[in-house]
Amino acid sequence: MSETRPVTPGERSWLRFRRNKPALFCLIFLALLALLVAAWPLVAPYPANAITDEQFQPPILRHWFGTDVHGRDLLTRVFYGARVSLLVGVVGAGVALVIGVTWGAVSGYAGGRLDGAMMRFVDVIYSMPSIIFLIVLLTTLRATVAKWLTNWFGSEAAPKAHLLVLVVGLGAISWLPMARIVRGQVLTLRQRAFVDASRVLGASHARILWHHILPNVWGIVIVYLTLTVPSVILYESFLSYLGLGIQPPMASWGSLVAEGAGQINPIQIYWWLVVFPATTLVLTLLALNFLGDGLRDAFDPKGQT
Amino acid sequence: MVLAVLLIGCGRNEPPADLVIANGGEVGSLDPATATTIEDLRICMALFEGLMRVDPATAQPVPGLAERFEISPDGRTYLFFLRTNAVWSTGGRITAHDFVWSWLRVLNPATASEYAGQLFYIKGAEAYFTNKVRDPSQVGIRALDDLTLRVELVNPTAFFLDLCAFQTLYVVPRAVIEKHGDRWMRARPLAVSGPYQLDQWRLNDRVRLRRNPRYWDATNTHCELVDLLPIRSATTAFNLYERGVVDIIWDKELIPSELYPFLRTNEAHRVNFHSFNYLGAYFLRFNTTRPPLDDPRVRKALAMCIDKQRLIDKILKTGELIAQGLVPPYTTNHLPVAGLPYDPAAARKLLEEAGHPGGRGLRPIEYSVESAGPSSPHAKIGVELQEMWRTHLGVEVQLRQTEKQVHTKDQKSLDYDVSRSTWIGDYNDPNTFLDLFRGNNGNNRTGWKNARYDQLMDQAAVQPDHARRAELLREAETLLVRDEAPIVPVYYFSGFNYYNSANVSGIWGNVLDIHPINAIQRKKSAVSGRSSVAASADLLPRTTHHGARNTEHETRSTLP
Amino acid sequence: MFFLKRLLFLIPLLLVISFLAFGLMRIAPGGPFDNNRAPATPEIERAIRARYHLDEPVMQQYVHYLSDLARGDLGASTKYRNHTVNDIIRDALPVSLTLGGLAFCFALGLGIPWGVFMAVRRGQWADHALGLLSLIGVCLPGLVLGPLLVLVLAVRVGWFPVGLWESPLHFILPTITLGVLFAGKVARLVRESMTTTLQSEFITAARAKGLSESAIVIKHALRPALLPVVSFSAPMLADLLTGSFVVESIFQIPGLGGFFVNSSFNRDYPLLMGLVLLYAALLLLFNLAADLLLVMLDRRIKYE
Repeated sequence: MSETRPVTPGERSWLRFRRNKPALFCLIFLALLALLVAAWPLVAPYPANAITDEQFQPPILRHWFGTDVHGRDLLTRVFYGARVSLLVGVVGAGVALVIGVTWGAVSGYAGGRLDGAMMRFVDVIYSMPSIIFLIVLLTTLRATVAKWLTNWFGSEAAPKAHLLVLVVGLGAISWLPMARIVRGQVLTLRQRAFVDASRVLGASHARILWHHILPNVWGIVIVYLTLTVPSVILYESFLSYLGLGIQPPMASWGSLVAEGAGQINPIQIYWWLVVFPATTLVLTLLALNFLGDGLRDAFDPKGQT
Repeated sequence: MVLAVLLIGCGRNEPPADLVIANGGEVGSLDPATATTIEDLRICMALFEGLMRVDPATAQPVPGLAERFEISPDGRTYLFFLRTNAVWSTGGRITAHDFVWSWLRVLNPATASEYAGQLFYIKGAEAYFTNKVRDPSQVGIRALDDLTLRVELVNPTAFFLDLCAFQTLYVVPRAVIEKHGDRWMRARPLAVSGPYQLDQWRLNDRVRLRRNPRYWDATNTHCELVDLLPIRSATTAFNLYERGVVDIIWDKELIPSELYPFLRTNEAHRVNFHSFNYLGAYFLRFNTTRPPLDDPRVRKALAMCIDKQRLIDKILKTGELIAQGLVPPYTTNHLPVAGLPYDPAAARKLLEEAGHPGGRGLRPIEYSVESAGPSSPHAKIGVELQEMWRTHLGVEVQLRQTEKQVHTKDQKSLDYDVSRSTWIGDYNDPNTFLDLFRGNNGNNRTGWKNARYDQLMDQAAVQPDHARRAELLREAETLLVRDEAPIVPVYYFSGFNYYNSANVSGIWGNVLDIHPINAIQRKKSAVSGRSSVAASADLLPRTTHHGARNTEHETRSTLP
Repeated sequence: MFFLKRLLFLIPLLLVISFLAFGLMRIAPGGPFDNNRAPATPEIERAIRARYHLDEPVMQQYVHYLSDLARGDLGASTKYRNHTVNDIIRDALPVSLTLGGLAFCFALGLGIPWGVFMAVRRGQWADHALGLLSLIGVCLPGLVLGPLLVLVLAVRVGWFPVGLWESPLHFILPTITLGVLFAGKVARLVRESMTTTLQSEFITAARAKGLSESAIVIKHALRPALLPVVSFSAPMLADLLTGSFVVESIFQIPGLGGFFVNSSFNRDYPLLMGLVLLYAALLLLFNLAADLLLVMLDRRIKYE
């Protein structure tokens, strides 16, 4: 067979990825999930907040996941909740990726006083009491955001203001641990011989960072990213437990889990209220992790398969 | 090093208590002058006492440190005669001068007592507090001699004796406070005037009380050592109870609400459930300064669409009573009031009259609730209300959850539409509820001012005849809940205490939910022992509850 | 010396943090005495606020706070009015130190070997199985795990007490609940880092020299592999030592976590400030220690 043009590194990585069956499967799973969640309002068996009189039904044909205290179908709630949780997770991970990696990389590479200043900045923000911070954010921004939403999307959108501000607040603190970890990695890498070599050859700092240092950091970044997503979602769950998270009647996986957690007692457990939201959460995050593993393996410059 | 770490945090070789109570929520202050919440009060009441004390069964005031009293015919002057055997736990007589000092301490702004207002019924007290009068002898409290106290009131106050049993009016040890200042409760020995001494107090851990042998009624103090645990989580409290670690749970929030129906019907657990009516009301406030809620017809329409029974059956499930008026009907000196009925058809007509047939032209209304954990009923009630108002009236309601402090602040600054509210009575008289809605009361928070209402309340305040006073109060209440409706009462609180009456006695359900600890007894034989805490794990089998017929005569179960 | 400079910077940094936190708290609406029941008259409210200096301008309150702080007095709690902040922290800190310390040891003691094992067996069945477990650990909140453990191990089987904090046996379930999440995270970080390290040139060289696999892993690969764990552990330890609200609520443990959350909701400014300062001090110290450790693990690192 005659040679076609050489395969680019990008294409090579994609080929490697395709060979990783579990990761491929997870990618498809997540894509399908995203599709389902996005299309949920059209597909859902019940309207979002339909209250019925069938309180606390265990899983039956009419209600695959059972019902809650208001008689609302849990399956419906879980997938409406998915939208919120995925949004929270994606934004949290996105902020961690963009801001966290950049901050950590610059700080670690620069070293010296800049590193000290940047890391101390991270420390200062980390020390702030997050609950007070969120309360301040929610109370000061909510009204403005609600008005803005009403102007753009109509009064239906106003309740989403709380969610939006919450997401912003969560994003504001999700990048901190990532910055610290990336900085630690970069500190090691910058002492390596190939960095000095590149400097001698006249490469700019930005080029060295992007082409030489960051590729070696992606592994940890991807792994920590797949840890950031559950971390943010579970923090939102904690906030729901305290009453600061998503407001009823909206739900998120986190708030459903928090609600369900209160059901665990020795007398009578409405187990479906915990099991279904928690399992959905775990499965999605598992898929995300396997996907992350697959990506990491695919883009690994050393390649071990 | 690990061993050292382990040893820092442990090592409690204390004897087990005779009685362990889940008190719910950490205590803020045990100083009678600054104690505010009911968790504070329950312990404060064990440590200190006032002229009157509370009868465990009826919650009526009965003689405490004062063995008898006399009231003048016009109801304005009280004479109290102290017991000769009233002594401090560290020795020394409790005198009328101590009472004068204690009450003046509350009236000193530097003490920053939140309930100082309870003393403002005394002549000259408010003027003294606001520094208009500097001389304490101008205040209507005088010690005629060591054992006699004379009190002069501004008006005949029907509930003054209840106030004398209220924690703010307890007697506190002058010598200890003058020596130690703000941290006087950490001083040991701590002189107390009540049935128990403060043995130990570790925040978020426990309060341990030890019997005070010098208390004038010490022979009737049954348990020697009592532990009160500030438990936050309902599941934990319940588990601890099931394990026999805790004997009484007397905070309703500490039983998982989803379990109520099961616990109340199941044979083995039903005996632990001791319900009673509680002096508290759950109601909605309307912001009468904001259209469309400035129109009483709109308010009344909203009020008449609330299916209160459904809320009680579906969400609360502990036998709450539907509220007609604001004041619970079992309050002393109270005459029943007819409130607004549940009548969606009439409501729709009213709304039409107000110019909004079918909800047309009405902007979305916000229902403000405090944010709380997912097991709290308030948001759930809000969701149901949303449905009700939407289906019956076509009014769109948005649920607004704000953090507790913000919620209160919004109420105070009138920045809300409809806001969920509660009020717990301080004493057993309608005044504690109705006083709220005077035009100038800081707790009004609806923007509603009505001259006739204030006039009726003023007249009631000076009326010495109880029957006529009750009539005046009834008229005021009707005006409040039926004619003007700046508020909608939804239900009256129902509380319960959770304990096994085969083991524990001496608690009665009363409207104030006050249970003097010295009256409680616990039979030691029944439960298979509480192992000494220094020993190994708590390997108790599940305690078996004596099912069937147990003598419910102690509790007043007033379920409908 | 670099680290001496960092130590000196601690005080000014804490001052900055105290200033920001102080301001943040004052911006939040509501105050310590804004509860459902307003006092009977405005004068009473004024008296209460005056007592806690809440009627003064914010900057003046801050200066007051700092001058008390210089004497080691963290102020009087507005909610727990019979206690000072010093009292509260003194009583609760040992408990949180114990619980946090145990959870930290558990997290590292379980997580590091777990991660190493997964890395060594990467791609094989054992890696997938253990990886699954670690992910479940990361995704399961303490809110669910705690009550589950209590239900199964304490209530049903009766091996452990249901709650409270009285003997070493009471420590076990809370430690597990608190530690599992971090153990899972540590495990995944170690797995990743160890994998990379095992692929590097000096390991290949060591293999070529004929060293045994276990010697390679433990003596040579482990130290560089632990770098991200060190970066991660510093804030993790600070978080653990200042208590966890969820675990403390479930097991009724008198630690600092409950105070952290409740003082925010109660607007108990002095207590919250004291806790923030404590946390910040621990965080800064541990980050300093972590940076020291980084240098020890990888001699090539220079902070310039």
